[in-house]
Amino acid sequence: MTRLRAEGVRLGYGERVVVDDLDLDVLDGSVTVIIGPNGCGKSTLLRALGRLLRPKAGAVLLDGKRIDRLPTREVARVVGLLPQAPSAPEGLTVADLVSRGRHPHQSWYRQWSGGDEEAVRSALAMTGMDVHAGRVVDELSGGQRQRAWISMTLAQDTSMLLLDEPITYLDLAHQVDVLDLVRRLHTERGTTVVMVLHDLNLAARYADTLVAMRDGRVVARGAPGDVLTEQLLSDVFDLDAKVLPDPVSGTPLVVPVSAHLRPDPS
Amino acid sequence: MSAVRDSGPAPGRKVLRAGPAAWTFRPRVVAVPLVGAALLVVVAAVNIGKGSSYIEPLDVLRTLLGGGDRRETGIIFDLRLPRTLAGVLVGAAFGLAGAIFQTIARNPLASPDILGITWGAGVGAVGVIVVGGYRGQVSGAAAELGVPLAALVGGLVAGLLLYALSWRRGIDGYRMVLVGIGLSAIGYNIVYWLLTVGDVDDAARATTWIVGNLADVGWEAVGPVALALAVLVPVTLVGAHTLGGLQFGDDTARGLGIRVDAARGGLLLLAAALAAVATAAAGPITFVALATPQIALRLARTAQPPLAGSMVLGALLTVGADLTLRLTAPALPVGVLTAILGAPYLIYLFVRSRREVRA
Repeated sequence: MTRLRAEGVRLGYGERVVVDDLDLDVLDGSVTVIIGPNGCGKSTLLRALGRLLRPKAGAVLLDGKRIDRLPTREVARVVGLLPQAPSAPEGLTVADLVSRGRHPHQSWYRQWSGGDEEAVRSALAMTGMDVHAGRVVDELSGGQRQRAWISMTLAQDTSMLLLDEPITYLDLAHQVDVLDLVRRLHTERGTTVVMVLHDLNLAARYADTLVAMRDGRVVARGAPGDVLTEQLLSDVFDLDAKVLPDPVSGTPLVVPVSAHLRPDPS
Repeated sequence: MSAVRDSGPAPGRKVLRAGPAAWTFRPRVVAVPLVGAALLVVVAAVNIGKGSSYIEPLDVLRTLLGGGDRRETGIIFDLRLPRTLAGVLVGAAFGLAGAIFQTIARNPLASPDILGITWGAGVGAVGVIVVGGYRGQVSGAAAELGVPLAALVGGLVAGLLLYALSWRRGIDGYRMVLVGIGLSAIGYNIVYWLLTVGDVDDAARATTWIVGNLADVGWEAVGPVALALAVLVPVTLVGAHTLGGLQFGDDTARGLGIRVDAARGGLLLLAAALAAVATAAAGPITFVALATPQIALRLARTAQPPLAGSMVLGALLTVGADLTLRLTAPALPVGVLTAILGAPYLIYLFVRSRREVRA
């Protein structure tokens, strides 16, 4: 089943076209990870899926309707999104940040309900940020801050979540921590997740479906074991690498071959 | 039926319910305007009592509530009240306008006096005074309505220009402040040009108005302000529930289901209208819109300038500055004191924001 799909979209900024004639079905209840080299259009595609960018041609459809023609509040109750490096105003507490995730469920005369309270409480509990609820966002560590932002999108209570490079700037332990949380979201709430990741090994480990992009086109999509091959790494990333089974998860493990370690051709 | 209780997951917040409606609030956010309002009553009473025949503050309050004798009633309602009431209304309008501009621009420097809105209003008002001749060809109702209307139009035009010139696939607070400084420069140069070409009497009247002056305000100026605020303030407060989301970046705000351009554009125009109407009545009393939202924010300990607090503190600062000057240097208009206070604060903000950009 597919609720969210891109049909023949052409995307770009101003005159520049970044993505052209691209089709993508987001499988319901799965975790889709988009990978590709810098500038291949993966963040642009994610922005279009989250109706932050209107396609120049083609359409992004949510439940068969053009997403840019649906009321934006209605979309916000179905699709939650976390941009790359979001910024919070100075002095905002974690509890307030997460509460603002309830905006699409509220109106000017109804700014707090039992549903809001329950959603915020469970979002904070799920990310373990309940103990930090009273703290100010800009005083948190990088990992905590990212969990606070994810809590906000959780409070939005959507069945779909789009994450743009959610683990950039985090150390490895916090990267795993955030991705474990995303995976748990998917198992416990059945949330459909689409995210852009740079780390290929983590992408392979946490994705149900990998989408590999280059120059604004989808080069390969499918299970990580089928997509992440030595040939694809060479085609998509121009990367000379060995692919081994990951000793922990069994998913593909990419081991790059560096120039100075390459066997002498002579 | 209404009930107030603690909101579980949001520490320090309480929930107010009335039927299907519900709002959350923090005690401090409510306390700031309440305490401010109490102080405002005291300062206003002293300010009204001051004059060629002194009236005790308590007698002022009694008279305002309808219990004064004929002499006191006459003095207060006919002569004294407009000045203080104008201070309250104008200050509240500046405070609210400043709070909205600063939230939208995500920058404490963004206030109608920096962004060129008040100067836009100034061009409109001085234009009517000088070209139309405030006491000359245009008289009576035309003059009473002409100046505030021209100021309103001038402020709105400045607001539209500001939005159009600082929009580049979204609003960046810094770009908005820089564009605003440019608009201000254009605005006050037009004003000075109008003064040099104008009639001497008109120019003299316009000059006291340019500084920001409450002394000459009569009922004919209070009326339009009160009317405009009665319309603008409720509309602004209803529209303001998107402000929390707009404080994030554009993408996050859109993700939360806010129609960013419409909400921001609408609020910006409302804030520009508030500032323009206030400017029309008493001139550009600087510093009030710049400082009160930040003072209210620190007192209420919130991440967003509180609207009610900014309004009340704006009124308190304006009437307080007026009273202070009347006690110490009665010849000076109120705008002089607020400008003196505002200059060092503005330098402090610039220094502080430079540091943040580097960090």
